[in-house]
Amino acid sequence: MTTSEHIEHSEHIDSDTGKLGMWLFLFTELFLFGGLFIVYAVMRSKYAADFHHAALELNVLIGATNTVVLLVSSMTVAMSLTAIQQKQKNLAIGLIFITLILAGVFMVNKYFEWGHKISLHLYPGSEVMKTLPHGEIMFFGLYYMMTGLHALHVIIGGILLTIVMMRISSGKINQEHYLLQENGALYWHLVDLIWIFLFPLLYLIT
Amino acid sequence: MKNHDNHISSYMLNWTVLLVLLMLTTISILAIKMHLGAYTVALALILASIKVTIVLTYFMHLKFENTMLRLMVGGVFLLFAIVIAITFTDYYFR
Amino acid sequence: MNNTSATVPLNYLNHKTGLWSWLSSTDHKRIGLLYLYSITIFFCVAAVLGLLMRIEKFAPGPTIMTAQTYNGMFTIHGIIMIFIVVIPGLAAVFGNIFLPIMIGAKDVAFPKLNLFSWYIYITGACLGLYSQFANGHSPDTGWTFYVPYSAEASSNVVIALTAAFVLGFASILTGLNFIVTIHRLRAPGMTWFRMPLFPWSLYATAWIQLLATPIVGITLLMVIAERTLQIGFFDPTLGGDPVLYQHLFWIYSHPAVYVMILPAMGVVTEIFPTFSQKPVFGYVPIVFSSLAIALVGYFVWGHHMFTSGMSYESRWFFSFLTFLVAIPSAIKVFNWLSTMYGGSVDLKPPLLYAISFIFLFTIGGFTGLTLGSLATNIQVHNTDFVVAHFHYIIFGGMGFGFFAGIHYWYPKIYGRMYNFKWANIAWGFLFIGFNILYFPLFIIGIQGMPRRYFDYDPKFQTGQMISSVGAVILVIGLIGMISNLVYHVRRGAIAPANPWHGVTLEWQIPSPPPHENFDEVPVITHGPYVFDNPHTKND
Ligand SMILES: [Cu+2]
Repeated sequence: MTTSEHIEHSEHIDSDTGKLGMWLFLFTELFLFGGLFIVYAVMRSKYAADFHHAALELNVLIGATNTVVLLVSSMTVAMSLTAIQQKQKNLAIGLIFITLILAGVFMVNKYFEWGHKISLHLYPGSEVMKTLPHGEIMFFGLYYMMTGLHALHVIIGGILLTIVMMRISSGKINQEHYLLQENGALYWHLVDLIWIFLFPLLYLIT
Repeated sequence: MKNHDNHISSYMLNWTVLLVLLMLTTISILAIKMHLGAYTVALALILASIKVTIVLTYFMHLKFENTMLRLMVGGVFLLFAIVIAITFTDYYFR
Repeated sequence: MNNTSATVPLNYLNHKTGLWSWLSSTDHKRIGLLYLYSITIFFCVAAVLGLLMRIEKFAPGPTIMTAQTYNGMFTIHGIIMIFIVVIPGLAAVFGNIFLPIMIGAKDVAFPKLNLFSWYIYITGACLGLYSQFANGHSPDTGWTFYVPYSAEASSNVVIALTAAFVLGFASILTGLNFIVTIHRLRAPGMTWFRMPLFPWSLYATAWIQLLATPIVGITLLMVIAERTLQIGFFDPTLGGDPVLYQHLFWIYSHPAVYVMILPAMGVVTEIFPTFSQKPVFGYVPIVFSSLAIALVGYFVWGHHMFTSGMSYESRWFFSFLTFLVAIPSAIKVFNWLSTMYGGSVDLKPPLLYAISFIFLFTIGGFTGLTLGSLATNIQVHNTDFVVAHFHYIIFGGMGFGFFAGIHYWYPKIYGRMYNFKWANIAWGFLFIGFNILYFPLFIIGIQGMPRRYFDYDPKFQTGQMISSVGAVILVIGLIGMISNLVYHVRRGAIAPANPWHGVTLEWQIPSPPPHENFDEVPVITHGPYVFDNPHTKND
C-alpha cells in the first residue's frame, strides 16, 4: 500500500481548484448577507421616514472613517500578494501586518460606535427602544444584525490573515505556493465588498 | 500545484484603484447634501455598485481570471438582483 | 498499488480496518457510506414517528398519544426527513460514492472538507434529535418554523433552528465540493457533454445548494435573534412582517425540493439506458432540463404563499412560473420512456424501482399543478391533499429514486449481490403500501381534511383508516427491503464487476472499487452511453 502518497496528493491543492472553491464560498457569503438586504429593502420601503430619522443617530464620520480604513486594508492585502509574487517576503509580511492593524482600527471604531448607542439605550429590547416608532426599531434591528454579522466576518478574516502571515514567515507560503494567501485576500476583499454596500444603506440615508 | 501563469498587478495599479475608490466614496458622501430626493438611494446604490465592480475586477483579480469564473460572478449577482426584485414586487403591488 | 497477489484483492472497504479508519477517512466512497448509514438510521427513526402518527389517526379522537405529542411528532418527522434524510440524501450518498468515479477522478476536489462536512452534518443531526428530547418540550412548529408562532412557542425551537442552520452548512460545503470537482477533475477527454447524466444532475443540484441554502441560514438566524435578542424582523407587534419570513423561507425551501428530486432524476437516468441496453434518448435535452429546473425552480417560491396575503400580481407570476417548471420535468419523463422504447428491457429490481419512480413522480407532479393554480389552491391548501402531493414527490420521487439507486449500485459498493426475489417482493409491499397510504389523503384532502391535525371529523374516518393500513404495509416493505440489503452485505453471492452490463465508468472498475478508483487515469474518447449492440448509435 502506498498510503503516504495518497495523503500527499490531498495536501497540496491545485491553485485554480482552491481559488474556485473560495469563490464559491464567497457566493454563499454574499447570499447570507443577501437575506438581510432583502429584509432591508422591504422594511425601508415600508418605513422610509422612520429609517431616515433613525439613521440620523448614526455618525457619518465614523462610518466614513471605517470605509476608508477597509478600502486601504483591501489595497494593502492586494499589494501583499504582489509582494509575494515578486519574492519580497518581508514586504508581504509588513503589508499583511498593516492590514491587521487596520482591521483592529475598524473593530475599535465599531466598539465605540456600538458602545455609544448602547449607552443611549438604543439596543433591541431596551425600554427606550420600545417607545420608538416601528420603523426605527426595524432600522436599529437591521443595523445591529448587519454590522454585527459583518464584524464577525472582520474577525474571521483577521484570524485567517494572521495564519497567512505566520505561514509566510515560516516559508510555507512563498513565490511558488501562495494559494492560502490568495484565498485569505479574497475573503478580506469580500468583507470590504459587503461594507461598501452597508455604508450607504445604513449611514447615508436622507 | 504551482501558482503559474498568474498575473502580477503592480503596486502602482493598486494605488490608482484605491484613489478611485476613495474618490467615489467622497462623491457618495457629498451627494447626500445635494437633496436629490428619491434619486439619492439610486445614486448611492449605483456608486456602491461601481465600487464593488472595481474591487472585484482589480483587487480580486477577476480581470485576469478565466471567462468561466467571470460568468459565475456575474450570474450570481444577477440572480440575487432577480430574487430581490421578485420579492420586492410583492410589496410594491400590495 | 495492485502489486499485491493476495487472494482477496485490496479495495476501499478492506485496505484499512477499524472504526477510526472509517471516521478519519477522506476517501469519498467511505464518506458516502458514512452518510448512507447515518441517513438510514435517521430515516428509520422518522419513519417510526410517521407510523405512530398514522396509528394515532386510525380512529378519531386521542388513540395512542396526546395532541401535544402529535404536534411534536409531525415537527420532528418533518425536520428529520427534510433536513437530515432527504436534502443530503442522494447527493451525499451516491454523489459522494459515484460522482468522482463517473467522471474518472480519484476523489473529490477537497477530500478533507468532504469529511468535515460529514462531521458538521452529524453535529446538526444530533442537535435535531436533541431538540426532540431536551426539557421534554419537543418543537411543535412544523418543519417550516413559521413566525409568529415559532418566535413565541415555549418549546425547543432555538435548538431545532440551530440544527437546521448547521445542517444547511454541511449541505453548502458538499455542493461546493461537487461543483469544483466537476469543473476541475474530469478525466482527460471527458468534455462537459461526455459527462454521464447523474453528474450533470448533481451539478445542477450543487448550484442550488450553494446559492439557496445561505438564505434560509440567515433567515433561521433572524428567528433565533427574534427569540433571544428581541430583534423583531417578523414580529408584527414590533413592526415586522410575518409574510416576509415566508418569502425568505421558501426562497430556499422550494429550490430545496429540487435538491431532493434532481439527483433522483439523475439516478433513474442512469438506470434506464443500462436496463434497456440502449443509449439514453435525448442526452442534451436532459442536461438542459436539469439546468432549467434548477434555474426556474429558483423563482417559484411564492406558490407556497398564495393564501398568505401576497399581492395579486405576485400570485399570478409565481403560478405562471410554477407551470413553466413542469415543462422540463415532462421532457425528462418523455426521455426516460423513449429510452426504454424498443430497447431490450430487463425488469430487474433497480428498473422496477425506477419505473415506479416515474409513476409516483408523475402523480405528484400533476397534483403539484393543482396546487400551483390559483383557484384550486384556495380549496386544497393546508389540507391532506398537500401532504399527499409532497409525499408522492419526496417519498415517491426521491425515496424510490434512492431505492432504485441502492439496488443499482449495491453490487458495485459491496461487491456482493442481494436476493432478487426478496427484493421484488419487498418492492411489491412498498409500492402497494405507498399508494394505499397516500392516495386516500388526496381524496379526504379535497373533501376538506386539514393537515397537521391530531383529531378529525368522523366522516373522514374511512380514508384515514385505509391510509393507516397502507402505512403498515409500507413499513413491512421497508423492513423487507432493508433486511435484504443488510443481510447480503456479507452473505450475498460475489458480484461481478459489471453485473448489469452498464457502460459508464463505475462499471469498468472492479467491485468493490480499489482505494483510488482507477489503476490508471482513464482517457475518454466518446459519449457516456455507447452500448455494444445493434441499438447503439455511436456519437
Ligand atoms: Cu414549492
